[in-house]
Amino acid sequence: MSVRTLPLLFLNLGGEMLYILDQRLRAQNIPADKARKVMNDITSTMFNKKFLGELFKPQELYSKKALRTVYDRLAHASIMRLNQGSMDKLYDLMTMAFKYQVLLCPRPKDVLLVTFNHLDAIKDFIRDSPLIVKQVDETFQKLIEVYGCLSAGEFQLIRQTLLIFFQDMHIRVSIFLKDKVQNSNGRFVLPTSGPVPWGTDVPGLIRMFNNKGEEVKRVEFKYGGNYVSAKSEGSFDLYGDRGLTLGTNMYSMSQPVETHVSEAPKNLPLNTSKASPAPNPLAKEELNFLARLMGGMEIKKTSGPEPGFRLNLFTTDEEEEHAALTRPEELSYQVINIQAAQDQQRNEELSRIMGEFEVHDQPPQNTSKGDDLLAMMDEL
Amino acid sequence: MYRRDRPLLLRSCPAALYNNLCVLPLPASGLAQFALVHGSNCELLSAVPSGLPLSQRLLHAKEGAGLNLPLITQAYWCVLPFRVLLVLTSQRGIQIYESDGSVMVYWHALDSSDAPPAQALFARGIAASGHYICVGTWSGRVLVFDVPAKGPNIMLSEELNEHRVPVTDIAAEPAQGQDCVADVVTADDSGLLCVWKSGPEFKLLTRISGFGIPCPSVQLWQGSVAAGFGDGQIRIFEASSGALHVQINAHARSISALDLAPEAGKLLSGAEDSFVHIWKLSRNPDSGCIEVEHCHAECVTDTLVCGARFCDPKGSSFAVTGYDLSEILRYSCV
Repeated sequence: MSVRTLPLLFLNLGGEMLYILDQRLRAQNIPADKARKVMNDITSTMFNKKFLGELFKPQELYSKKALRTVYDRLAHASIMRLNQGSMDKLYDLMTMAFKYQVLLCPRPKDVLLVTFNHLDAIKDFIRDSPLIVKQVDETFQKLIEVYGCLSAGEFQLIRQTLLIFFQDMHIRVSIFLKDKVQNSNGRFVLPTSGPVPWGTDVPGLIRMFNNKGEEVKRVEFKYGGNYVSAKSEGSFDLYGDRGLTLGTNMYSMSQPVETHVSEAPKNLPLNTSKASPAPNPLAKEELNFLARLMGGMEIKKTSGPEPGFRLNLFTTDEEEEHAALTRPEELSYQVINIQAAQDQQRNEELSRIMGEFEVHDQPPQNTSKGDDLLAMMDEL
Repeated sequence: MYRRDRPLLLRSCPAALYNNLCVLPLPASGLAQFALVHGSNCELLSAVPSGLPLSQRLLHAKEGAGLNLPLITQAYWCVLPFRVLLVLTSQRGIQIYESDGSVMVYWHALDSSDAPPAQALFARGIAASGHYICVGTWSGRVLVFDVPAKGPNIMLSEELNEHRVPVTDIAAEPAQGQDCVADVVTADDSGLLCVWKSGPEFKLLTRISGFGIPCPSVQLWQGSVAAGFGDGQIRIFEASSGALHVQINAHARSISALDLAPEAGKLLSGAEDSFVHIWKLSRNPDSGCIEVEHCHAECVTDTLVCGARFCDPKGSSFAVTGYDLSEILRYSCV
């Protein structure tokens, strides 16, 4: 609904993508200079002025599928390649992470702080390239210019629009399950304790006034949670303490290397087809959007001596291929292979969940990965 | 004390929009009808209090101009003197159906001619007062429709232009006697509340300024306005004067729904903090001021509540919807 949602969605998902790629590049021991090149190339493509210009135009959000195509292109903006299975997993992780961040934002306006957390971290990734840092800083300024003076009501509409986009996504992510921020049914945990949002009072008080405006009675009640006052508001400046950890890198050092993605079992009794009554006009409009957006993307051609490499988001190629083969287009059920026996023993809950899945025999996905825009459109 | 009843399974989860549940009790048949919105659809179910859904229907947003599938923002049953109509508001306009959703009797397309470029267009906020249906819009304009006792000749009777930002919710109360003070209250994204006397020409009675915090949900009861705000507060005002009588630090996140059980003076509040509270409203016989007592707190674990309604006018049962929750939760008094 809000026509100002796309830049926030794109930048936050892009930030999550960079976190995951950074972690996998280290896990797969990709040489530092190649890893740096990949991060720099992707970041500079993401923050390209012409591309962002298209992004910031007021427009409705497009479907998850259409947006996925943009990230597909972005992930291939450098010498790195990703197979279908890995690209699927990457997109699942990115979207569930940002869904979690939006849900847990204390105030609707805090989604801007989450965005700034992502940008702060991105600036650190590419700190050796002053030109790209400048691109990111200019994006910061643009964000402050566009969102700095929006009202609480407009931010709430943006939040509602984002939550509508993430509706019906209940993919379970092992990092979230392990940290107990996600339940085994795929829903996120909403804490009922901690600081209240900036500008909200701790619940539990009823004040009554007379017609002259004087307080005549004060009653406390048990509200069922355990909240405390907020300490301070996060900073909306170019530099500053953002005041929340949502949007910071959850894959850095302390987290284990593997993240597993699985679809939560559904308990809906009826036909859950979400097919729109008129699919064709929507797809056409999305193709136009993609053409505009990608037209603004300046992908460097991989010429020169720099050889490419393939990044795998799974531990083995067999796992990756299996994930791709057993994943239906509708993203309904997905079989996950947990690789190491020690993981299974350590995490019995996860094993039990894995055991609940069905295997669907599906034909292999078309994995043509040409740079050709038309080829990508065919995959829609 | 309330206990959990058997939930109603839904086809899809409700959208995270304000006031996303409407309940129409049908005492004659012992059934109740439920309506909620998800994307471009409105799901209707009917069920007995403790039973499985008996019938279900899916209504779709009318497409109008533009290629994207429009989102439905709200569904609400308008109980008028001679008929009950189901009103759906969307990004394109207003669809009015017979109460079971079987037939669309009226369509009004939103006027987008004077919309600024970066503006989201939609209708939101629905209430019935006498034989008028009031619907709010993105511009702040409130459309008043005159509804005949039967048939499709619904007419746009008036446009109320007091709000400057999108309308969030509208509530109405039957006019009480000759010295009735208020009929309809409209609320918006800035927290501004306007109290009106309904009729062939609506008359603005009171303006209660906001502080920039949205008022997602509002109710009217015996001359007092109960309003829930984006900062989790519930404020209760005297409708005729705008005087603040009660301020409740009720929730830790934005309130998403308020409902009233008029026969008991009970107020139900649901919020994004996963809590639902029930309050008892009363008028102090000496001061004449409204007082509030907290009755019940219910934690809907890990659920962003987006709709909450009493299922009967005494408030002995209520229903709750939540984002990512694929069922309507029901509770009743023990």
